[in-house]
Amino acid sequence: MSDEEDDLILDELDDAELVLQMHDDLYDGMSDEIAEAVHILLKRDWTPYDILTKALVEGMRIVGIDFRDGILFVPEVLLAAGAMKKGMHILKPLLVETGAPQLGKVVIGTVKGDIHDIGKNLVAMMMEGAGFEIIDLGINNPVEDYIDALKREKADILGMSALLTTTMPYMKIVIDTMVEQGIRDDYIVLVGGAPLNEEFGKAIGSDAYCRDAAVAVETAKEFMARKHNQA
Amino acid sequence: MDLLSKLLAEKDWLMADGATGTNLFNRGLEAGEAPELWNVDQPEKIKALYQDAVDSGSDIFLTNSFGGTAARLKLHNAQHRVRELNKAAAELGREVADKAGRPVVVAGSVGPTGEIFEPLGPLSHGEAVEMFQEQGAALMEGGADVLWLETISAPEEYRAAAEAFANIDAPWVGTMSFDTAGRTMMGMTSSGMVEMVQGIENRPLGFGANCGVGASDLLRTIQGFAAANPEVPIVAKGNAGIPKFVHGHIHYDGTPELMGQYAVMVRNSGAKIIGGCCGTMPEHLVAMRKALEETPMGPPPTDAEITEVLGGFSSASDGTGDAPAPKRVRRRRK
Repeated sequence: MSDEEDDLILDELDDAELVLQMHDDLYDGMSDEIAEAVHILLKRDWTPYDILTKALVEGMRIVGIDFRDGILFVPEVLLAAGAMKKGMHILKPLLVETGAPQLGKVVIGTVKGDIHDIGKNLVAMMMEGAGFEIIDLGINNPVEDYIDALKREKADILGMSALLTTTMPYMKIVIDTMVEQGIRDDYIVLVGGAPLNEEFGKAIGSDAYCRDAAVAVETAKEFMARKHNQA
Repeated sequence: MDLLSKLLAEKDWLMADGATGTNLFNRGLEAGEAPELWNVDQPEKIKALYQDAVDSGSDIFLTNSFGGTAARLKLHNAQHRVRELNKAAAELGREVADKAGRPVVVAGSVGPTGEIFEPLGPLSHGEAVEMFQEQGAALMEGGADVLWLETISAPEEYRAAAEAFANIDAPWVGTMSFDTAGRTMMGMTSSGMVEMVQGIENRPLGFGANCGVGASDLLRTIQGFAAANPEVPIVAKGNAGIPKFVHGHIHYDGTPELMGQYAVMVRNSGAKIIGGCCGTMPEHLVAMRKALEETPMGPPPTDAEITEVLGGFSSASDGTGDAPAPKRVRRRRK
């Protein structure tokens, strides 16, 4: 131990301090420390849902803010999401057992004709990091694949991504088909991709255009909260 | 000496080409199809694409091989055709360039693998080098003058390609895409790229920026390169404005006149190789060549001049300069 700061003992922190420390450790992508802290809070009789929302989701929210503001970049965010995932891995079975409310289920994929998937993969990783369940359909999805997956998985959100200006219009085909089938309003539809903008998102009838992965997570949370309030 | 080095030594500036994807879609490429398959299935259309660049005054054109690594071709079950498709891309280019009546550089386009590097993602350095080497060798075999790495976000990927090109002793150029608050998606700043490029053993013949957000951001990036006093020539290949959705169709808002002004502004900012990227059509290239030839060299434009002509920046800062990077205060652990 060359640095005395390394000697920080998580179990000696009180709950409030520990949660703040977890926010920092998520920010720094320290997955072992996150796993340890999750176990400590469980031992202190925290509910899995409180650990998820107050420690992990809140920590990732801070990461998302700094990603949005250009302070953190993709590598740091992926590290943080990795740490979050490690915490989630412990919590997931317990959340199911305790019947805790789900944050939401997301079907995501690039649209037919579009093979560019880095952006979509980042959104999926960050959404998963924020506590959403992700059904990743990969690239080049025709409208049937999206709709089948939404129904099969009883999903809450459809996320579509396109990087090409030539494939963007396909998003409208998917939304129009959902309208025809009378299922458009059963789902939250979020769209993203480098060439898109808010105007386009509105023009095709999506619920929102998400500029980047951080905005996608925030928007998804916002719409899920509204949905719960209606229910 | 390779042709690009020779031209760089002879001329004050060189003009590269415009869009490949946009132009191929206009020729009937279906979205979702791998453009590289056309090197074999529709060679006349690929030659016509190259010919357009030559006829519009380009000194350099890029081959139709952007997605030609095994990692990208795999998405079309064509990962076993890397050599065939890339070699064909360069052979068609050679054919067009040799008939141009003036020296025109055939640049073998190499795009990103699309994979994220270890430890954050699945791609190892060794695998990346191997894929870049396989593609690069095929492009050189087909007659490319240089290899042209483009739209890279991760420094690891840039370095892996450099290593691959050193292994086959190929001259190369390499540009990155600065599309996130003035940096690449992976956080690389313009000054950071200069430092990386100059530290590479087999230095590229040119380095710079392509694609990204809009012409204004690209100009700021070029000025960021110039401020770091690079010893390697700067390349600027910006998009023809920003895509807009108009009456169900997508249309880039950069007119040929604007792209002409962009070309002069990037040259005045220090770029030596100037071209376009997405949305840049032959008429844009003609206007760029004309503007470059008719406008004398001038001082670099100020931020105010850039935004007045080309529109606003996408972010307040580009992560370079003296302003300290904003940081979140941490509690105890470092």
